[in-house]
Amino acid sequence: MTSPLEQKKIRITGPSVVTANRTWDGIVIYRTARQGWSAELSDAAIVRTSDEARALLTESVADDVGAIGAYIAPVEVKDSGAIKPGNLREHIRLQGVTIDLPVPA
Amino acid sequence: MYAYDELDRTIINERVTEFRDQVKRRLSGELTEDEFKMLRLQNGVYLQLHAYMFRVAIPYGTLSTKQLRALAHVARRYDRGYGHFTTRQNIQFNWIKLAELPDALADLAEVGIHAMQTSGNNTRNVTSDQWAGVAPGEVEDPRIWSELLRQYTTLHPEFSFLPRKFKFAITASDHDRAAIKVHDIGLRLYKNAEGETGFEVLVGGGLGRTPFIGKTIKPFVHGHDLLSYVEAILRVYNQYGRRDNIYKARIKILVHELGIDKFAQEVEEEWLQMRDSALAIDDAVIEDIRSRFSYPTYEKLPHMPDELKKAAHDPHFEAWRKNSVFPHKVPGYAIVTLSLKPVGGPPGDATADQMDAIADLAEKYSFGEIRVGHEQNLALPHVARRDLPVLWKALDKIGVATPNVNLVSDIIACPGLDYCSLANARSIPIAQELTRRFANHETANMIGRLHVNISGCINACGHHHVGHIGILGVEKNGEEFYQITIGGRADEKAEVGTLIGPAVPYGEVADVVEDIVEAYLALRERPDELFIDAVKRLGVEPFRERVYATR
Repeated sequence: MTSPLEQKKIRITGPSVVTANRTWDGIVIYRTARQGWSAELSDAAIVRTSDEARALLTESVADDVGAIGAYIAPVEVKDSGAIKPGNLREHIRLQGVTIDLPVPA
Repeated sequence: MYAYDELDRTIINERVTEFRDQVKRRLSGELTEDEFKMLRLQNGVYLQLHAYMFRVAIPYGTLSTKQLRALAHVARRYDRGYGHFTTRQNIQFNWIKLAELPDALADLAEVGIHAMQTSGNNTRNVTSDQWAGVAPGEVEDPRIWSELLRQYTTLHPEFSFLPRKFKFAITASDHDRAAIKVHDIGLRLYKNAEGETGFEVLVGGGLGRTPFIGKTIKPFVHGHDLLSYVEAILRVYNQYGRRDNIYKARIKILVHELGIDKFAQEVEEEWLQMRDSALAIDDAVIEDIRSRFSYPTYEKLPHMPDELKKAAHDPHFEAWRKNSVFPHKVPGYAIVTLSLKPVGGPPGDATADQMDAIADLAEKYSFGEIRVGHEQNLALPHVARRDLPVLWKALDKIGVATPNVNLVSDIIACPGLDYCSLANARSIPIAQELTRRFANHETANMIGRLHVNISGCINACGHHHVGHIGILGVEKNGEEFYQITIGGRADEKAEVGTLIGPAVPYGEVADVVEDIVEAYLALRERPDELFIDAVKRLGVEPFRERVYATR
């Protein structure tokens, strides 16, 4: 997966969210429509245009204390309304590593 | 073991206090992430996919039992119960909380461990041969010089903001176990024709996006000139190294663009101005460092004790002994490699329980010393051969006696897309599948020495360029694909591998490796012609044909 760290221009082609890591402990979080953060992808604000994405990212980056490394990530919105990660990288960030950990959680 | 003095302890403790304050200010919002990022990187703290990653330095790969237990404690108390040993003899923890990092660092500082300069554009952990000080035929213990460089480069103000990161590796043996030719500066300690000990200095080696094998810039530098010569190299790099393009900022690019002769001339001019400065090393300084390394008081022991003769009847023990036990400079002793490559396991990972158990065994059987190798295995450097049978049983019990050292399943792999924010593709599951495919020890032994190295992106933390078989994860239209190279090697005959053809999808990588191995077995001239030698003789074409004939 191309690293979003190389994300230069904001141009989305489908539903997207803003994701980051929580500053104090580093866990994966998603920007919500209420200008907060949640560890649940289902709480994430969905954007569908590049302008919306830019605005959500700008607002997210402004919260420098709460979150680190915010970027736009693609998602799939199922007919049921469920939100799924749009690529393997985001799937791994949400679900965890694809291997058994040496020490089970 | 090297004993830190009061100055070292003060530096480490002050650094913890400083970083504790920086973290506090970051969490309060007094420092922005932009301001904090460089500070955390200089303390080994990265942001990865799931959490912060904390990289701890293990200078020249030497650990005491106290230090290994402290690493186990950090894994257990602040992380998820395990750590990952890296290709630069460091250890990484994958799930650390920023708020708890100062406490983790303070706990490590109590045993003389830190994370300084394990990241950032500075001089990184100085690495060396994991058999340093015990390898037969070694000129002298290269860790003495590694330690000199560690002291010199730690917090060096002029070299804390280089164009890019900078890595040293040192060996003092004919066979290079430290991969010095793929480091920014590689140092080979040897005796010249006049019987004087000094260094061949190599410069501009490195992997990543643009791999280069290091070039000899000076065939012989006396020990007392080492710091001034290294400083001259760093000054030329600091002045001319590119800061406008991160992909062209490493010294290897500068050496390549200037040419080694021009670069050497620049260094020589710089060096002549400072050769006789305060950087000229007094013998007393070296002797002081040497005196702070303690060596075991070895007993006079037989090479073939009764315990070993008796155990030789056990084929499992013999398989392990032949694979993982290596000659020691002192008769009656051996170097034992502990494989962190169990079948189906993530390469280089060790649990806190394993670390504690290894520390116990090192205390009992290895004079309290443990080594970390760049191949992501551990070693016990001073084991009496009479203790090998009982040690083997204990190592086997904790899962670090897989007899696959230097064989096809002894895979170097980076964390890949399972952990790393830079990765394009996964590395660990590929390694795990390969260890399952080649789990049969007799088959692996019949194949012989074969290094498979896997990186999840072009940054090459898994050293794929110098794997006998190298596997590089790339992305194609959102899918994981893997480029395969063969013929790379990281030893004294270091070479960058050659791409054999188009990238293959995730699900086919293990099949491709099997095809390559089968081609080798069919093509080798004799059973002891190693894979790497067969590739050298035959070129990549026969392997390419075999892999792509049906794809």
